[in-house]
Amino acid sequence: ISTLVLAEHEGSSLKIQSVSAVKAAKSLSKDNSISLLLAGSGPGLHEAAAQAASCDPSVSQVLVADSDEFSHPLAEPWAKLVRLVQQKGGYSHVITTSGSFGKNIMPRAAALLDVSPITDVTGISEPHLFVRPIYAGNALCTVRYTGVGPCLLTIRATSFPVSPITSDSKSNEASISQVDLSTFGEDSVGKSRYVKHTSQDIERPDLGNARVVITGGRALKSAENFKMIEKLAEKLGAAVGATRAAVDAGYVPNDLQVGQTGKIVAPELYMAFGVSGAIQHLAGMRDSKYIVAVNKDADAPIFQVADYGLVGDIFDVIPELLEKLPEKK
Amino acid sequence: MPLRNISLLLTLILSSLSHHNRSSNFNLFNPLPFHSHTHHRSSMKIMVAIKRVVDYAVKIRVKSDKSGVETQNVKMSMNPFCEIALEEALRIKESGLASEVVAVTMGMKQSVDTLRTGLAMGADRAIHVETSGQLYPLSVAKLLRALVELEKPGLLILGKQAIDDDCNQTGQMVAGLLNWPQGTFASKVVLDKEKQVVTVDREVDGGLETLCLDLPAVITTDLRLNQPRYATLPNIMKAKSKVIKKFTPQDLNVEIKSDIEEVQVTEPPKRKAGVIVSSVDELIDKLKNEARVI
Repeated sequence: ISTLVLAEHEGSSLKIQSVSAVKAAKSLSKDNSISLLLAGSGPGLHEAAAQAASCDPSVSQVLVADSDEFSHPLAEPWAKLVRLVQQKGGYSHVITTSGSFGKNIMPRAAALLDVSPITDVTGISEPHLFVRPIYAGNALCTVRYTGVGPCLLTIRATSFPVSPITSDSKSNEASISQVDLSTFGEDSVGKSRYVKHTSQDIERPDLGNARVVITGGRALKSAENFKMIEKLAEKLGAAVGATRAAVDAGYVPNDLQVGQTGKIVAPELYMAFGVSGAIQHLAGMRDSKYIVAVNKDADAPIFQVADYGLVGDIFDVIPELLEKLPEKK
Repeated sequence: MPLRNISLLLTLILSSLSHHNRSSNFNLFNPLPFHSHTHHRSSMKIMVAIKRVVDYAVKIRVKSDKSGVETQNVKMSMNPFCEIALEEALRIKESGLASEVVAVTMGMKQSVDTLRTGLAMGADRAIHVETSGQLYPLSVAKLLRALVELEKPGLLILGKQAIDDDCNQTGQMVAGLLNWPQGTFASKVVLDKEKQVVTVDREVDGGLETLCLDLPAVITTDLRLNQPRYATLPNIMKAKSKVIKKFTPQDLNVEIKSDIEEVQVTEPPKRKAGVIVSSVDELIDKLKNEARVI
């Protein structure tokens, strides 16, 4: 077994989710040779590669594809790159994370290799046996890969948690080599062009990756009142979420929606205020480690999944929390 | 969803008043995000792939023999992301930038019902590739490629994922097979007929990414792209006479094979019962000292 991990970097650092992908690779088999692939352009790429070389002692090699074609994560050149590197190295597995980056690129690479990818893997029990949630986590499906080609996976980083990257393990540095791009070809160039990236509020963590998520429901009654949720999130360094009902009522934009048709989150702490707990909402947050629910209605279904429930009026509870919660470190 | 039923009722009432009133109402609430400076009849065709799934409001049940999820006697609907895909295609056509919207699906006989819904929403015609047994995204992508080669659309729009298997693969895969550019998880689509490009805002982790794609291209839709319309009674009636063409995978020279196997489907682990705390102070104490999350 040999695994290629398609890693992501931001500026000059390796993303922590990519270390989760390495952890997933390690759980495939004890004798797994792991290579990390990083692509991009400029000096930041090489700094990230140096970091990648010492991110985990089981990484034996870091491959770097340095070209303007990879300045932005466009699926067209990146999928071709995955095919090229896989075919050269004959890897049995290719793994990346299930973020918007991996979900965009991996299925396209799989099509080029004529194999079925397996996305959103949350468990690995054998080199070809995986568990993934279906129906937004309301069921778990065990899937066996039976193909002769390479096995392509995207994994949920929250299911393979790792501690933050430390750069003190210099003793175990993997070799870094450049990917030979002379046969890369240019048939995909120009069909897709990067225009711009608009960042969200940088003060607040991304809903999909946040350690803490604070969610408000329809009981907030107005966009104005919803600001209390935002304040609380700020205090805890948390991301803000909303139910479909709150979105439909116009309190917040749709991209904050947590649920079956919105974002699926699994933070360490999920706090729901004035959320009744509709099936489709529970589907989006049930894998959270600790769930807190505050609701006036003691019979609200949200209490059935909550670790800590508080029956009370959110308009009393939230101000009290704002006053009594410690500032984030 | 009560809200859904109310708006369906409203649409039905409005539609019985006057056709003109309804369309102006529609435009008032849903301003079209396109530059519609080209008012001449366009010849571009849009293909939309749609899937029949268990309705999003149904509480699913895992079968006791672990062979899957119960789909017998369960309400089935068009996948919500596919509704958004179809809505986007219809809006592009209504703005004068496309001439025809073709809805396509793959699967067993009953998938025709979902195509009828698509026709009632406003698709001009439909294609059903009838298959039996489990169909994975790689096969769907190959069938779609064959249909694209047959119909030659300028745009292929799909939902970003189906809410049953949650794969999020088919759009990317068919784009790869066709060597077309892809704009996945779209929350805004602006078509420029003159330049033959489409600009797509994509929902990515931590923000929006804007891409410009040469046509023909594949787009997959995210939730924020639009609010799909409801089929009106007159359009439901009209849809009954629209054409649904049938193919088999053999007709399209696609061999359905599979390299994955579903071993079992199980219930997710139940959460252990929690506790009800009596005050904010107790809650903070639990979070600090028991869960250690703050």
